[in-house]
Amino acid sequence: MKINIKHVAQLANLKLTAEEEKTFEKQLGEVLEYVSQLDKVNTEKIEPIGHITGLENVGREDVAAPSLTQEDAIGQAAKIHNGFVAVDAIFDENDE
Amino acid sequence: MMDITDLTIKDASSLLTSKEVKAEELAKAFLERTISLNKKLNSFITVTEDEALEQARKVDELIADKQPLSPLAGIPIGLKDLFSTKGTKTTAASKVLENYIPPYDATVVTKLRDANAVFIGKTNLDAFAHGSSGENSDFGHTRNPYDLERVPGGSSSGSATSVAASQVLAATATDTGGSIRLPASFCNLVGIKPTYGRVSRYGIIAMASSLDAIGHLTKTVYDNALMLNVTAGKDEMDATTSPNKPDDYVSEIEKGVDGVKIGLPKEYFKDLKGDVKDLIMKAVKKLESLGAKVEEISLPNTEYGIATYYIIQPSEVSSNLARYDGIRFGNRRTSFGAEAKRRIMLGTFTLSSGYYDAYYLKAMKVRRLMREDFTKSFHEVDVIIAPTSPTPPFKIGEKMSDPLSMYLSDIFTPTINLAGVPSLNVPCGFLDGLPMGMQIIGPDFSEKLLYQVGHAYEQETKWYEKKPKID
Repeated sequence: MKINIKHVAQLANLKLTAEEEKTFEKQLGEVLEYVSQLDKVNTEKIEPIGHITGLENVGREDVAAPSLTQEDAIGQAAKIHNGFVAVDAIFDENDE
Repeated sequence: MMDITDLTIKDASSLLTSKEVKAEELAKAFLERTISLNKKLNSFITVTEDEALEQARKVDELIADKQPLSPLAGIPIGLKDLFSTKGTKTTAASKVLENYIPPYDATVVTKLRDANAVFIGKTNLDAFAHGSSGENSDFGHTRNPYDLERVPGGSSSGSATSVAASQVLAATATDTGGSIRLPASFCNLVGIKPTYGRVSRYGIIAMASSLDAIGHLTKTVYDNALMLNVTAGKDEMDATTSPNKPDDYVSEIEKGVDGVKIGLPKEYFKDLKGDVKDLIMKAVKKLESLGAKVEEISLPNTEYGIATYYIIQPSEVSSNLARYDGIRFGNRRTSFGAEAKRRIMLGTFTLSSGYYDAYYLKAMKVRRLMREDFTKSFHEVDVIIAPTSPTPPFKIGEKMSDPLSMYLSDIFTPTINLAGVPSLNVPCGFLDGLPMGMQIIGPDFSEKLLYQVGHAYEQETKWYEKKPKID
């Protein structure tokens, strides 16, 4: 199995160096080869196990409870502006 | 003052309540030891001296005031640096979070605070809990107190070293594929990986959400049970916690093993090295002499454990680590270390369009077969005993250049996370001066029984009395 490293790195939003691409391609190839042994297991009639606990539809009453202040909630952001998290613009001013 | 390296939680608690020692004195003694040994061991990322002394003084006031106290009141503990602590840096041992200060506590931290435990600091780990040796920390590796040239096991490396070196009396930890049990085995400690959903995951930095189990490391089985009495239970903030009421894990700990049926899974023993096998069989014989019945069993899908784990775990890792965008908190994604990047890449691939069915879905089917192996066995036997690690602790650097060989050092532990059942590592002796442990595995929510079996064995052997020589 050969991985398209550049494509996967783009999906994962990771910037890899050329050297990392090379190393990961080799190492991930080895791991995928190792895990391919699962092909030997017959799982034709087996349901995948979605969740180990068997719990279903766990909820709580929809009642407001004390929570973080706005200040605490955004206090770790790299940039804050007027009580908001500030990010670089993603659209051009000229975009409609 | 007494030699603090001899203490257990049980001893320290009785010294405090009988007023032979003040909580502040105890905290000072452990802080001093923590700070003086940290250069050598690198078990702590952050030491919270002021907070510890403040918590200890509060305990002294409660004692003077004759208030009822938890058995953990005044007990110096370490918190794995994955556990969110309000106002105290929580790094996950990664540069991504090197300056991150959580605005809230993990549920387990709140429970330990309410029990008036004393927080000595935040312990080192493999970054984001990715590793079996502690060497993947972005803040330097931790050393094994029993041999400074060897690894303490990971990912809860600092938690294990800090307890084994008596810098604290207990430390919190997490176990996704062996991260509590392997370091417990490598450092002569008792480590519990509770049933999935027994202890809340809320506020603990997630690794692989369907596998993460929250536990702790102590010197004795009794101490371990005391701590689970505080941390276990349903949490509104974690929908996967069980609504079943936790047991009192301490009350009948001395029940013994008379008539307890122990299963030995042949798949775990077939390739085991002679001296490791001898050590575990000696322990099993000891339990037999105390009245347990032993039989061989089979867990036929064991051989697929690591392969299944190395699909499910990185898949969930890649999803959980997607939140680190460098915008709302933490640094940018370029700060991830090599192992995190490797797992993000692997998991992104196995979840990607066209490959999901072949990898993740297939693994979730095999996972069901593994769980069934265990549930079937527990119709025949009460507990299962298996090795925790195929070898004693290995040398620092030995496996760093070969990720697959590092992944395989966890060969006996991840299957238990896949099955979701609880497992307790108990020390079972030494090989050439290096600690070895065994795991006692039980059905869902059987922690009480695991502690009874572990305690019965420990009373006969008392391996915890063999302390490391580091001073």
